[in-house]
Amino acid sequence: MTERYVVAIDQGTTSTRCIVFDRRGQLVSLAQQEHKQYYPKPGWVEHDAAEIWRNVERLGPEALRRAGATIDQVAAVGIANQRETTVLWDRVTGHPIGHAVVWQDTRTDTMVTELDAEPGAEGVRHRSALPLATYFSGPRIRWMLDHHPGLQQRAERGEVLFGTMETWLIWNLTGGLHVTDVTNASRTLLLDVHTLDWSAESLAFFGIPRAMLPEVRPSIGVFGTATAAFPGVRIGAALGDQQAALFGQTCFAPGEAKCTYGTGSFLLLNTGSELVRSTHGLLSTVAYQIKGEPAAYALEGSIAITGSLVQWFRDQLELITSAPEIETLARTVTDNGGCYIVPAFSGLYAPYWRSEARGVIVGLTSYITKGHLARAVLEASAWQTREVVDAMNADSGLALKTLRVDGGMTADNLLMQFIADVLDVPVVRPLASETVSLGAAYGAGLAVDYWPDLEGLRQNWHRAAQWLPTMDDAKRETEYGNWQRAVSRTFDWIQA
Amino acid sequence: MQSIERAAAVLRLLAGGAGRLSLGEIARSLDLAKGTTHGILQTLRKVGFVEQDKASGHYQLGAAMLRLGTGYLDVNELRSRSINWADPLAARSGEAVRIGTVLEGQVLVVHHVFRPDDTFQTLDVGNLLPMHATALGKALLAYGATPPASLDRFTSRTVGTQRELAAALRVVRECGWSSDIEELTPGEASIAAPIRAYGGLVVGAIGISGHVERICDSRYHPRPQLVATVRDAARAVSRDLGAARR
Repeated sequence: MTERYVVAIDQGTTSTRCIVFDRRGQLVSLAQQEHKQYYPKPGWVEHDAAEIWRNVERLGPEALRRAGATIDQVAAVGIANQRETTVLWDRVTGHPIGHAVVWQDTRTDTMVTELDAEPGAEGVRHRSALPLATYFSGPRIRWMLDHHPGLQQRAERGEVLFGTMETWLIWNLTGGLHVTDVTNASRTLLLDVHTLDWSAESLAFFGIPRAMLPEVRPSIGVFGTATAAFPGVRIGAALGDQQAALFGQTCFAPGEAKCTYGTGSFLLLNTGSELVRSTHGLLSTVAYQIKGEPAAYALEGSIAITGSLVQWFRDQLELITSAPEIETLARTVTDNGGCYIVPAFSGLYAPYWRSEARGVIVGLTSYITKGHLARAVLEASAWQTREVVDAMNADSGLALKTLRVDGGMTADNLLMQFIADVLDVPVVRPLASETVSLGAAYGAGLAVDYWPDLEGLRQNWHRAAQWLPTMDDAKRETEYGNWQRAVSRTFDWIQA
Repeated sequence: MQSIERAAAVLRLLAGGAGRLSLGEIARSLDLAKGTTHGILQTLRKVGFVEQDKASGHYQLGAAMLRLGTGYLDVNELRSRSINWADPLAARSGEAVRIGTVLEGQVLVVHHVFRPDDTFQTLDVGNLLPMHATALGKALLAYGATPPASLDRFTSRTVGTQRELAAALRVVRECGWSSDIEELTPGEASIAAPIRAYGGLVVGAIGISGHVERICDSRYHPRPQLVATVRDAARAVSRDLGAARR
């Protein structure tokens, strides 16, 4: 067999990476390029989609070169992408219309508040299983149509196309195939999560012409064959990055969950073929769909500030010079000294959803050193995880037994141990921390029979590290109580 | 070698001066062309000896300069930078992986990847291992770490004398990798190779360990395939840490 590798394109918020994987799911080579972040106004975040495509075109061959691989050795390519980021482009020229509006961008907040009060909003919420929020793509499309003269008419004539990043990349890779996958489509507010197709009512609610939307496809199944970057290679999968991580962690069974610790953190719990509607502030989302099979769903709890709190500690407070040093500093003391940091930098997310909250540091005394602050920074990520896990257990009726973790912060042993301690379940890191890319690779490989089935993928999963809970129950309860009191101090800070 | 003299002069100037200096001030003080000065400053910035203020663009001594002599690479940083290469090493070798660095005459385990067979194993990050009886320790000793004064004996095969140790380390330097075969624990063997940062400086070692019959061939030598896999991983980490290709 000459096909030895599968390539993943991980199109993330700050950078794009191409990673070559072998049959055991191990990383063979990696090429990475950051792209420019545009902040034209407070709350606005944009990317240049053309720059991102140029990066993919360059990184693909570079990753293969580093692996010593040729294009004919690549069985398939898979895509994992930053979700909800919205790109519009001209069908004929292929040029993006303005910059892509990024998932963090909050320019649509006034519009979303107004739309949420309209009579049709309940139907949109029900069909999409999502709250109306600036986070999702639908309102961004509306905003772009409103703010580019003549765009609405051109969109209705099918001259303007919409896509999230995977759609934009597949369009460029294949020279004009306009498709999306169910996981990305499920983050637009426009999808009916039961039929897995665009909802005519939801499109009418936002005034978005169907002609501009891509065709919705299963996440795993051949989309087409690339003509650029990887000429001749089949595109076997596309998934939103967090869904890709769930797949890469082989969380294929209901009740299996993973948390990816990055800038923010995302906990996803597979709920199987049943869509679970949260009553505790979590999101319902499509986890993945294999061609010819029913979709699997997931509950998602996102934590806005985890790794970015460490970055803040490094860049704004300048108490450390690199992110991993937070552990070194935290280990200079044995506990938090009674100090807690609640990073509600832009309000509190799941399960509180309080936009008027702002961050606090509480419990300060003259005893507190920067070591205690470093501890409090790490502990904040763990307690926020606990809150999301509690909400998930309540919504799903399943008690989490093990948390599978991945992402850059899993290199922090102190944090991982603390998470095991506060959740009172084992925390397990798999032998592949690049699970976002791996999930895309797994999907792509599965689509072209490079890997036989889900069971085959499970056999690739191995435990690389495990942290077992050691904290006694009384201590855990006291500390959790303190954390919750600290959280309550953040409420009502911004006054209307 | 003139560039080293000039770099030393830049560092002395920054150490002696009052606060931050601009490129122009540094160039004028040392009577150097701005282009030359800029090149020196950029190299010093890359290795952490000089820092540039984001707002003013002025230069000052870097944190790495202040930490000279206390080990400049944070152990948690080392783990963070090597995690992507330690995992494939465990997968390819089928053995447990450890990364070690020197702490007070012993090997400090800074990273540990379980043997990928999903059996129960416990993390031993933070544990200390003897330098002379482990492949990790020998890789560190061969490239500059100070040997321990007393060589404790763990098995009949533990290196027992300084003379024997010196000979073993010579072999490590010739081959570029190290091993211990039942020198710490009967039935256990390990292979390690040095991790280098910029300038080739050895900052740690990465290695695998497991049952002696898996690590060694029928002649009781480490299997060449495993040695190659360990060395590849060490080179990959070194590349990420800024060591030149070799």
